[in-house]
Amino acid sequence: MIQTYGSKPTRDGFGEGLVELGQKRDDIVVLSADLTESTRAAWFKEKFPGRFFSMGVSEQDMMGTAAGLALSGKVAFACTFGAFAAGRAWDQVRVSIAYMKTNVKIVGTHGGISVGEDGPTHQANEEIALMRILPNMTVIVPCDALEAKKATIASASYTGPAYLRLGRSGIPLITKEEDSFKIGKANLLKDGKDVTIIACGVEVYEALCAACALEKENISARVINLHTIKPIDKDIIIKAAEETGAVVSAEEHAIAGGMGSAVSEVLAQAYPVPMEFIGVKDRFGESGDPKELFKLFGLTAEDIAKAAKKALSRK
Amino acid sequence: MTKQPDINELKKISKEIRIEIVKMLNCAGSGHTGGSLSMVELLVGLYFYKFRCEPAKPLCNTRDIFVLSKGHGCPALYAVLAAMNFFSKEELCTLRKLGTRLQGHPQRGLPGVEISSGSLGQGLSIANGFALGARLNNDPKRVYCLMGDGELDEGQVWEAALTSAHYKLDNVCGIIDYNKFQIDGPVADIKGLEPLKLKWQAFGWEVFEINGHSVKEVIEAYDKAERIKGKPSMVLAHTVKGKGVSFFENKNKYHGTVPNKEELERAIKELELQ
Repeated sequence: MIQTYGSKPTRDGFGEGLVELGQKRDDIVVLSADLTESTRAAWFKEKFPGRFFSMGVSEQDMMGTAAGLALSGKVAFACTFGAFAAGRAWDQVRVSIAYMKTNVKIVGTHGGISVGEDGPTHQANEEIALMRILPNMTVIVPCDALEAKKATIASASYTGPAYLRLGRSGIPLITKEEDSFKIGKANLLKDGKDVTIIACGVEVYEALCAACALEKENISARVINLHTIKPIDKDIIIKAAEETGAVVSAEEHAIAGGMGSAVSEVLAQAYPVPMEFIGVKDRFGESGDPKELFKLFGLTAEDIAKAAKKALSRK
Repeated sequence: MTKQPDINELKKISKEIRIEIVKMLNCAGSGHTGGSLSMVELLVGLYFYKFRCEPAKPLCNTRDIFVLSKGHGCPALYAVLAAMNFFSKEELCTLRKLGTRLQGHPQRGLPGVEISSGSLGQGLSIANGFALGARLNNDPKRVYCLMGDGELDEGQVWEAALTSAHYKLDNVCGIIDYNKFQIDGPVADIKGLEPLKLKWQAFGWEVFEINGHSVKEVIEAYDKAERIKGKPSMVLAHTVKGKGVSFFENKNKYHGTVPNKEELERAIKELELQ
């Protein structure tokens, strides 16, 4: 069994991190596109109303305003759902933030199908791809609420554009206070010699469960938490491919262009090994309970274990 | 650098800027002639009269901010910045060439250029951000944002217009280079904007409607805008696309094309007589 410490949405960890940042630094400002409660930006607003800017349902305007605030010396967090941050406002993110390297932290909550009942328009399965192709952009997908809090705080100390991908639903807390979080440095969660599962977001927990199940079948699976998709930690990925000879990627995001694609770009050039991809397969989401959706979309620990065996068989 | 305005001097500078613009566009071989020539007095009135800046220290804290939202008009901005000594005039002929700081559309990093632009409609939001930042920093700076008329088709402009008014950003002064043409043709035919003054007023702005080629009207509008409190100001400047060269004026062909050698010689001759 995987040790967990309760359950919490990653957006809550962001809200906590933001309040902590607000207390420590007066250059932190927060903007929200009318989703202040949902994104947890409200927790900052309550404590620091003078540094909070309500932007209405205007994501494009929010990105530009955040860029202007950043150019005035502030660290600007621009908060909305991932579908709108990365989709609706992509050109503003491209020109006003990425191209100009403005110190804006784009916070996209409600990433992935775990949004659940709200359905396809609100389930963002494309942001990792849309953000990682932008030069100068850092992309972070925390695996639990505690890591989301650390990522929020770390992103403020890093100068430049960053995208934080967060989730709506409660997911198991699997990291501890003392675990390190460094942007661009993936964490090895479990060692293994037969196959490596590289995951981000909620799929890290699923990957650990899959590794546990594989253990019972005498398959030793390594698990890597690739919380930073960009800049990608090439070393840990290449080393895993060299030492285990097979890789599975697991993400709650479209397979096309996502974290797995980023991993395969590294391996295809440096050390090609059989690789399987767990993720959303060229389709939109749909309404439903997140647990049922994970089964329907093939994102469960069982699906990952199956993919691991397939990758192994291709060695 | 508010001082006693010397209208004749500002007119003379405007003429010289126009000559620089046609020269650099001819040299570059591509670029936007009409919309660069229509905004000259709007820039000259700002930089040579109103604006606080230190060309030797382009990022000094006491500067005002100018945001060029219609990025394709950058030849005019480059010519003005060079005339102000933000960088040398020799650099103007590198426009659009490999390795230049004078990119085809402006890129932050060139001294005096505050934002990268070119994808239309983004400047006013950034200007609002600068204005909010100035307010948080207790900084009296003013923020100017120059937009094109075709650019007003972008929805983001109107999102930003709501934001400026909502936050009562009286340190924001918008400027519209209303030259009545966009790439596809006359604004009135492509997507009409009228009644434009009423639109901005309805959005909560104080509007100053002027002849954008009268430096006197331009600087008076900037002065009046500075005295408006509690809401943003818009200088709605009626201009002529291609202004200053008879065979460019109101010729939409010169939206995105540049003078050849023969046209350049004729253009300079005409401008010098003004």
